[in-house]
Amino acid sequence: MIEELYISLVPMLMVIAAILAVHFRDLISATIALAVMSLLLSLEFYILHAPDVAIAEAGVGACLTTALLVFAIKSTRRMEER
Amino acid sequence: MSEPSKIVKTIASIIFPPTMVFGIYVILHGHLTPGGGFQGGAVVASAITLLLVAFGTAEIARRLKESHLSVIESIGALGFISLALLGLTATFFYNFLAGSGFIFGRIPPFGSNPGDMNTAGTLPLMNISVGLKVIAGLFAVVLVLAFVARSKGGGKR
Repeated sequence: MIEELYISLVPMLMVIAAILAVHFRDLISATIALAVMSLLLSLEFYILHAPDVAIAEAGVGACLTTALLVFAIKSTRRMEER
Repeated sequence: MSEPSKIVKTIASIIFPPTMVFGIYVILHGHLTPGGGFQGGAVVASAITLLLVAFGTAEIARRLKESHLSVIESIGALGFISLALLGLTATFFYNFLAGSGFIFGRIPPFGSNPGDMNTAGTLPLMNISVGLKVIAGLFAVVLVLAFVARSKGGGKR
């Protein structure tokens, strides 16, 4: 019962984080929201008994992608145009 | 982009050693626990990326050149392929070290056991090769983009 609750709660938080990533006009905030979504995805992989994929997702998705996006924003504009 | 604050630098220097140790643990215990070359390499590469973000590109570029990364990546690929070719007396990818009593050559006990580091033959060596290649490859991508960001407009905001 409690595990089913976790399994359904984490994707809901992921959807919220993804909606926030689209909604933010400050692109750094959107990048952080995307990192939160990725970290929650790795937590979901861990709950579903796939620790291999969880480690890979936490390393690549939450850290390296965030760094890449931050460097890309640094060389362009920070605020999104309306 | 302004210089990162003292808080960011301090936390990065505290976080960096445990992340590095965890990544190397995941690589070396790839044949016993979840993870392996790719996962541990991604963790180690993200630890180095943390330093790159916190301390700036110039600090890292003084100590590390792209040619070093390409040498590490080639060592990983060549190690993997030569380990596969060394088993060619039987078949490609033949595990010639398992059970031989040499390095990583012990036979694991039967049944459930906590796991012996000194088993599995060529698999740990292949994990180390893949780990080196993934560290160099993933960090090279981030480093090149950081160089581009610095030369295009790092000082503007």
